[in-house]
Amino acid sequence: MATEGLVRPGVTAAAAPAAARAAVDAFAGRHRYRLLEALPWVAAIAAYAVFPSYLPLGAQILAMILFALSADLVLGYAGIVTLGHAAFFGTGAYTAGILAANGWGEPITGLLAGAAMAALVGLVSGLVVLRTTGLTLLMQTLVVATLLHEAANKASSITGGDDGLQGMEVWPIFGQFRFDMFGRTAYFYCLIVLFLCWYLARRVVHSPFGRSLTGIRENVRRMHAIGAPVVRRRLVIYTISAALAGTAGALIAQTTQFVGLSFLNLERSGSALIMLIIGGVGRLYGAFIGVPLYMIAQDRFSEIQPVYWYFWIGLMMVLVVVFARGGILGLVDRLRR
Amino acid sequence: MSDALAAVVSIGFHGLAFAMVLYLISVGLSVTMGMMGFVNLAHGVFAMLGGYVMTSLMTRFGVPFVPALAAAAVATALGSLVVERLLYRRLYGGDELDQVLLTMGLIFMSFAAVTYVWGPNPQPMHPPRWLSGQTDFGFRSFPTYRSFLILCGAAMVTALWLGLERTHFGMRIRAAVDNLRMAQSVGINTSRLFTWTFALGSGLAALGGGLGADLLAITPSYALDNLVYFLIVVAVGGLGSIRGPFVAAVLIGVTDTGFKYLLPELGAFFIYALTMAILLWRPRGLFGRA
Repeated sequence: MATEGLVRPGVTAAAAPAAARAAVDAFAGRHRYRLLEALPWVAAIAAYAVFPSYLPLGAQILAMILFALSADLVLGYAGIVTLGHAAFFGTGAYTAGILAANGWGEPITGLLAGAAMAALVGLVSGLVVLRTTGLTLLMQTLVVATLLHEAANKASSITGGDDGLQGMEVWPIFGQFRFDMFGRTAYFYCLIVLFLCWYLARRVVHSPFGRSLTGIRENVRRMHAIGAPVVRRRLVIYTISAALAGTAGALIAQTTQFVGLSFLNLERSGSALIMLIIGGVGRLYGAFIGVPLYMIAQDRFSEIQPVYWYFWIGLMMVLVVVFARGGILGLVDRLRR
Repeated sequence: MSDALAAVVSIGFHGLAFAMVLYLISVGLSVTMGMMGFVNLAHGVFAMLGGYVMTSLMTRFGVPFVPALAAAAVATALGSLVVERLLYRRLYGGDELDQVLLTMGLIFMSFAAVTYVWGPNPQPMHPPRWLSGQTDFGFRSFPTYRSFLILCGAAMVTALWLGLERTHFGMRIRAAVDNLRMAQSVGINTSRLFTWTFALGSGLAALGGGLGADLLAITPSYALDNLVYFLIVVAVGGLGSIRGPFVAAVLIGVTDTGFKYLLPELGAFFIYALTMAILLWRPRGLFGRA
């Protein structure tokens, strides 16, 4: 999972030979923007022009990229393996959805409310869940999501239960841009929100706080030994990630005008992991590659045989783990070396 | 008063039957987790396969109940040997995320493969005639099949306990769970030991899946739907023991049955809350070692 080269202690920049100095420079300059990083955004705008009839799918892909990106923060950077990320996604979606179904359809505040609720759930559940490790942690994240799923199922007078939430009415953005049936507004809305969240995530990852998370992932004991507040830092990133996941859920709820129980189930959490793994974990860009591949393939295959789609996706997971660790970006790295 | 007593007895009885099924399925997972630290989410797949093999032997080929159950357990154990040798082995001591992904992939593949072979509907489970109906226990009568489940479970718990505490094989398992490196140093072939333990655990899961086919319906999404139950039993009980999962299974089985009976509108809510509370109090489970 370690993707970034670490500098050995004792090798100072001045005394190091040229190769080591290059490594130090690369290390120190990792936060700077590179030209290649513009590629996803250029591609997203190009996709708008080239595939105008697929914009509703495109908007969903953008929102799911945000969901996978939020999972990457806890999984790839903090090393917290979770099976319950759908809890936050679903919380955000239901919050925005219930607001819109009950007379408050303003999208921006709905989005913020979704993010805030998800962050709250992340904070409270994180206080309990993050005390444990390994299988127990995995199980507790799953239990939190299952608990919310059960709650949404039982509270059918508010959430619509099994049938899903009906009757959402989302107002135009800033009172200007109506959500049209071709998905143009939805596409740009998702793209702008994704960009802002990506910027935030990138700042977090490259901050000293983000670096210490990588340290916690790589060697918890050493981080404890040098006095880093490990528990608090894990809780903070868990909450940030929950807020981003909630934003993604709210985006999908507002653009598709529907929220169902599938927003909270294990398949949702699992598919986020899969999409991330296909692209590459702990790289911030894995989501941008894995999600479109997965969702376009799903859109194509599941029309033919929805059940057997699971066979191929399962096989792909096994093959990625056995032969292609690090996903597509990992393969690219290996080819370049 | 007698109504309340009858309800308590009924909850205890059905809860215990459910607990036995949970225990048989989860005990193998607990021991293999404790030994190799391998996060095997696909353990429920073996229970599901046991259920499928048993029910189809019975309904399609007219095999009697007991031989069908035995055949299902043996076939699943052999199948799990192949999977362990081919796939799991590569990831021992590796990254937890890789293990989660591999086993989730296996769950998805089994879901599609089972739908292809058996279709999406639950498999019918007809207990043989000598196990159907009610049995009178003097003070009241209970469903015969559930009583049989409890007896079977009790017998398996005893057999497992004796096997682990009193046999050479059990001694080596305990050594490997306690200290893997030391067990290797004193000349135990832990790799082969683990393979056998894994197969045994999968066979037990298949037994639990077959026996409990009327409690946990055999459907393609079995492994995914019941995953949270198996993980709760293992985590609450504590890894690497056979006593822990038993206590956890009884606790979870009885409280789940009780609350679904007394407060159906809350459903499974309570056991999730209970699980979180127990792990808040003892993060390593009831019998987990520090």
